Amino acid sequence: MTLILFFEQILNGIQFGTMLFLMSAGLTLIFGVMGLINLAHGSFYMIGAFSAALIAALTDSFWLALLASLAGAAIAGVLIEIIIIRHLYRRNHLDQVLATFALILLLSEGVRWCFGAFPLYLNIPDILNGTVPIFDNIIYSKYRLFIIFMGFLIALGLYILITKTRLGIRIRAGQNDRQMISALGVDISKLYTIVFAIGASLAGLSGAMIGAIQSVEVGMGEPILILAFVVIVIGGIGSIKGALVGSILVGVTDTIGRIFLPELLKVFMEPSNATSVGSSIGSMLIYILMALILIIKPSGLFGKS
Amino acid sequence: MIIEKFFNKWIMFFLILIPTCGVIFDEPYFITLATKVVILGIAGIGLNLALGYCGLISLGHAAFFGIGGYITGILSFHALNDEVLFSWPLAVSGSSEMLIIWPIAILVSALLSFIIGLLSLRTSGVYFIMITLAFAQMLYFFSISWPNYGGEDGLSIYMRNSFPMVNTMDPLSFYVISLFWLLFSIFISLRLINSPFGMTFQAIKQNEERVKSVGIETFKVKLLVFVISGTITGLAGSLYTDLNRFVSPTVLDWHTSGEIMVFVILGGMARLYGPLVGAAFFIALEQTLGSYTENWQFWLGLILILVILFARSGILGLFDKKLKYEK
Repeated sequence: MTLILFFEQILNGIQFGTMLFLMSAGLTLIFGVMGLINLAHGSFYMIGAFSAALIAALTDSFWLALLASLAGAAIAGVLIEIIIIRHLYRRNHLDQVLATFALILLLSEGVRWCFGAFPLYLNIPDILNGTVPIFDNIIYSKYRLFIIFMGFLIALGLYILITKTRLGIRIRAGQNDRQMISALGVDISKLYTIVFAIGASLAGLSGAMIGAIQSVEVGMGEPILILAFVVIVIGGIGSIKGALVGSILVGVTDTIGRIFLPELLKVFMEPSNATSVGSSIGSMLIYILMALILIIKPSGLFGKS
Repeated sequence: MIIEKFFNKWIMFFLILIPTCGVIFDEPYFITLATKVVILGIAGIGLNLALGYCGLISLGHAAFFGIGGYITGILSFHALNDEVLFSWPLAVSGSSEMLIIWPIAILVSALLSFIIGLLSLRTSGVYFIMITLAFAQMLYFFSISWPNYGGEDGLSIYMRNSFPMVNTMDPLSFYVISLFWLLFSIFISLRLINSPFGMTFQAIKQNEERVKSVGIETFKVKLLVFVISGTITGLAGSLYTDLNRFVSPTVLDWHTSGEIMVFVILGGMARLYGPLVGAAFFIALEQTLGSYTENWQFWLGLILILVILFARSGILGLFDKKLKYEK
């Protein structure tokens, strides 16, 4: 029984981690290439989820909704990059933090205006409904497996994009030396817009996929945004590999901690106390993990010091 | 600078004028709003020391604001229910005396900012921003999942904590108490920034390497500034709980950190009265826009973006053309 539970929770952790990866990959890419701290990244997560919910309501197709989340977040990303974000690249971190914080207020209230304050729901398609046996007696939700699959697929896609394509070479060059590649004739502002749109659409996709498990509501992007920050701090800012490792680490630690810490504490505490203490500490566990990693390596696991 | 000083006198004038009007026209709500501005101003003045004068971009000051608030709430909760706070190693009971609560809130906020500072200041730049944010979030989630003090619902205290010889439930009296702390924190900041220590931390903002090269251990200086900054913000949190007679995880939410930062920036960074003006502007905006539309934060966001893109030296900067925004 416990082993099955454990295995299931590990899978839940990985599923959570892959979604975190979609968020943090975009964040870390945007920071690495443009040097921008984007607090509003969570808003694209929300925009993606709302675009998906809108299209799902209109067409009744989950797959179109997923596409809509990519497209909606990318379009919003391009517009916002051109109108606002573009002017922030040369500014200091403080201006970026404040402007993107202001963007969160703007976008959250804007979405509330358009869609109302009530949460929307996205339905999982029939093929992905239900469970599937993995080993002898372990059954697991098909949809969550699908999320894990999609997460790794996109990680692979990103890897190919960054290492094998012309765009990827430019992105990497942009990370190393901005001035040089613009001197070599690469249209740097177009490159920036593309990178921003990629980041936004990844966030949008993860928003839609999580939106189908939870609900689609205003402000849904903020908790996961902060976790994504923890991830990229752990992994090292600017490193996609770090983002992947960090996401899985954070996802698994968080899920396991919340479930097993109360159980563990029950061994030497009263059950009612153990539950409250355990769940409180469980919710702090990833931040403790982050603090520990920073004490050992202040620039994160894969960061350049 | 002269214009700013002139403007500062007007601010002091308004700090007296508004509650007086409140009394004359019998509008206690005015006084409560003014108290809110004063308290949030104190929180901003705390952050301004680290952010404006030392260049430490902390996105986690909600942690200190919140801990000050929770300490106050918890102590008076225990006093009201007549329970001991903890019985080991010493039996400690709660208290509803401001004169006891303040030192404890100050001490705990100082301790917390010392710990957070010690860990966060190992890093710099973006890492620092995100780590301070993460620490505040950690406390936020802790406050939500810890059931003893209301968890997500927050903690109500039915009576404001007491101060000898003063009826703190009277809005004007509480305003005067808050005003005292405001003046005190402005005084402390003023003394600090003009002291040799203050010169050092302002120099760190401009060029840390150079300060290091003359043999100053910048880490210690930054840590001390961070602790003082966090402590002042923590004190503001304590007053804020008393103002609302309620404390909830919202005070630890990262939006609170963002808002305190907004006060500092709206008013103008590294200006002594800047955060107060920023807080006043924020509350005025909330009251006026909020009465027209539920979505007032949309307009707040818009105004903020415009300020950041075009009016980089804040509201006080508009009155002081000579001082240009510095990077």
